Amino acid sequence: MKHPEIYLDALDNLWFQVSGTLCNIVCEHCFISCSPVNHSFEFMSIAQVSAYLEESVKLGVKEYYFTGGEPFMNKEILDILERTLSIGPATVLTNSMLIRPHHAKRLKEISDSSIYSLEMRVSIDGYTEEMNDVIRGKGVFKKAMTGVKLLVDNGFLPIITITKTWQDKDDDKVLTGFMDTLKSYGYARPRLKILPSLKIGKEAVRTKGYDEYEFVTHEMLEDYEIRNLICANSRIATSKGVYVCPILIDSPDAKLGESLEESMTPYELKHQACYTCYLFGAICSNFSSTSHDA
Amino acid sequence: MLRKIALLGGVYSNYLSLKEVIKDANKRKVDAIYCLGDLGAFGPHPDKVFPLLLQNNIHVVQGNYDNSIANDKDDCQCGYTDPRDNYFARLSYDYTYKNTSDEFKKWMKNLPAEIRFELGDYKVLLCHGSPRQMNEFLWETTTPTHFLEKLCGDFNADIICAAHTGIHWNRKLGGEKYFINVGVIGRPENDGNTFVGYTLLELREGKISTEYIPVEYDYKTLAEEMRKEKLPEEFIETILTGWWATCLEILPGKERAKGKY
Repeated sequence: MKHPEIYLDALDNLWFQVSGTLCNIVCEHCFISCSPVNHSFEFMSIAQVSAYLEESVKLGVKEYYFTGGEPFMNKEILDILERTLSIGPATVLTNSMLIRPHHAKRLKEISDSSIYSLEMRVSIDGYTEEMNDVIRGKGVFKKAMTGVKLLVDNGFLPIITITKTWQDKDDDKVLTGFMDTLKSYGYARPRLKILPSLKIGKEAVRTKGYDEYEFVTHEMLEDYEIRNLICANSRIATSKGVYVCPILIDSPDAKLGESLEESMTPYELKHQACYTCYLFGAICSNFSSTSHDA
Repeated sequence: MLRKIALLGGVYSNYLSLKEVIKDANKRKVDAIYCLGDLGAFGPHPDKVFPLLLQNNIHVVQGNYDNSIANDKDDCQCGYTDPRDNYFARLSYDYTYKNTSDEFKKWMKNLPAEIRFELGDYKVLLCHGSPRQMNEFLWETTTPTHFLEKLCGDFNADIICAAHTGIHWNRKLGGEKYFINVGVIGRPENDGNTFVGYTLLELREGKISTEYIPVEYDYKTLAEEMRKEKLPEEFIETILTGWWATCLEILPGKERAKGKY
């Protein structure tokens, strides 16, 4: 069966796998199994990033996102962000554990000197040490909250990004828990973003993975807002070329070219992770919905 | 020939501010008044806006709210993504839908998605969110200059005017092109002031000039009427204090940081 093909509507969001698959921690639900020793993708240099930024201008890219791995493992991250913010808004997806006072101060300077927003999106998966550390590792919660506090103290309103690992009935309890905890760390008006889990990589081991029927079909796309799919509005630049989306970089067929121009080809929704993207819509951007109905 | 025009966004059923804006624009002797859509939402008695638009010959672009109300859609298509924001959007939409007459709905249905005209040598394009998408948010701090220049090229315009976000801003682009978010007159701009505002666009010696005009109106009466109609206290708070209490999660970091909540 041929799966539906999605055309790139416009390259609105350009992602960078800026720290490759290298991360300072090993999360139980990581969909690309990042770790301190996973060299599938390497750090991107400022020269590599700059070449893509330059190409992005004529393509009219709207927003830039930086992910990994952990972006703050890349020694050039601050210079990369400064360069990016000279042409557009930037968002960093971080666990905030490596942010030290001098980083936070420089981030503030970079943000203040640009007309564009610098968003810090901090991944935390539990509002207590117990709830978070069982997924993200021992001692992670305290270090992450220290990072959040530094960002808040420097004028940022970090978007706390939480992967949903609880039942729907506990939604209110968990969200209230997060609000209370963040406020107790001095973050007076927390911004929260809930992500669905993607049942690939380590998460496929932690959960049962996808069911056989969980694919996107042609029928499912009738009357569907295709623009919501990441592959209809985004691409991700990595140390090994340009891929269709941040979720599928472990799949060889997801590589679409070396340049952005080359990557602007249609993509077939043949992966089961596409099903999650379909259900929840635009899960990777800053202001995505928390469910299809929302 | 057009030389001086008034551009106003998001009326949000605020017929009291609309009256003041019309009065102010006429005092400044504008050649035409254009509204960039979203006639209903937040405020009371949506039908009170309709005669003011007709009597004053205001040209209107269809906003996402108007598109929804006119076509009996399930929601306002505002593009909110947060459950709390959507909760309040629902209250507002249900009230507005219920209280908009069929005649007004029918009229809204035929509004154009864009209006184009020339101001001197400038090709002007008016739209609600962006020329490519009625409900696209173009915020000052998340919209790159090169993106706007591409829009001008793609849509063959020298000046693109939009609203939708609720906060005015403008930027001069390369090649004598401009982007202008004209602001909204339905509620204040999340800066602690109770006034609203609109934008004047004027041709002076062949060059374009823009000016944002703050307008005071009887916001206390509006708040009283909202309360009588049992609209949410959170909406009333915004009218009385100038701070947004809902629909906040869609704001980029820098715009959010300037507000109270």
